[in-house]
Amino acid sequence: MTPQDPLGASLAPRSVVVERLMTHPPEKIWRALTQGHLIAEWLMPNDFRPVVGAAFELRTKPMPQWDGVVRGEVLEVEPNQRLCYSWKTSAGMDTLVAWTLTPEAGGTRVRLEQSGFRADEEANFRGATYGWQRFVEALEKVVAGT
Amino acid sequence: MPTPSSELFTALSDPTRRALFERLSREGELTVWRLTADSGVSQPAVSKHLAVLRAAGLVRDRREGRQTHYTAQPQALRPLVDWVGLQGAFWRDRFDALETLLDRMDQ
Repeated sequence: MTPQDPLGASLAPRSVVVERLMTHPPEKIWRALTQGHLIAEWLMPNDFRPVVGAAFELRTKPMPQWDGVVRGEVLEVEPNQRLCYSWKTSAGMDTLVAWTLTPEAGGTRVRLEQSGFRADEEANFRGATYGWQRFVEALEKVVAGT
Repeated sequence: MPTPSSELFTALSDPTRRALFERLSREGELTVWRLTADSGVSQPAVSKHLAVLRAAGLVRDRREGRQTHYTAQPQALRPLVDWVGLQGAFWRDRFDALETLLDRMDQ
């Protein structure tokens, strides 16, 4: 076994999917996903508008390898159902984010898919500051096992 | 995807070396003297740690007069970082924040 296997790097998929059943109606979740002042509360300060073709910026505090800005453009708006936008950073990440809301008994299934990661580029690691702690934890497990 | 070298694992397995590397990543180029001043470790020990980081490709040195300056080379981490996994962790944390907000919002 090579040391990189426990870190999942070699087997990583090229998209991220997070899915959760939330005990709230789709209309309410839609507001939280599309209204700027609400987005600011769970994601980042922004100038987002749910209008196809509208460009927006999300801003957080700058980090060593990233200026803290995400730039995007709204690509799809189907109220209470589906929202897609691009998600790009100066560190070279160029991805798509798609939200899908599906009513279910007891609430709404919220699905996020971020796709378009490239396998090889140097740019990817630059934004990884966020996950430094997790990275170190994974690393320490690997080191402990060697 | 290149296979991470054992030098890389060894270099990052030590907390003092990780702290030196993180500081160089954060603050840019620093001299051994500056790195020693705030580290709580002796200058020879800092130099030894820096040599290990350099062997792993994590830092680069530059001589100028009697001073040696070090800079972080974060691209050396490239074989280790599971970017997709990290972004997944980011969104799971955001989902938690979204649910907290929804609990506070009116219908």
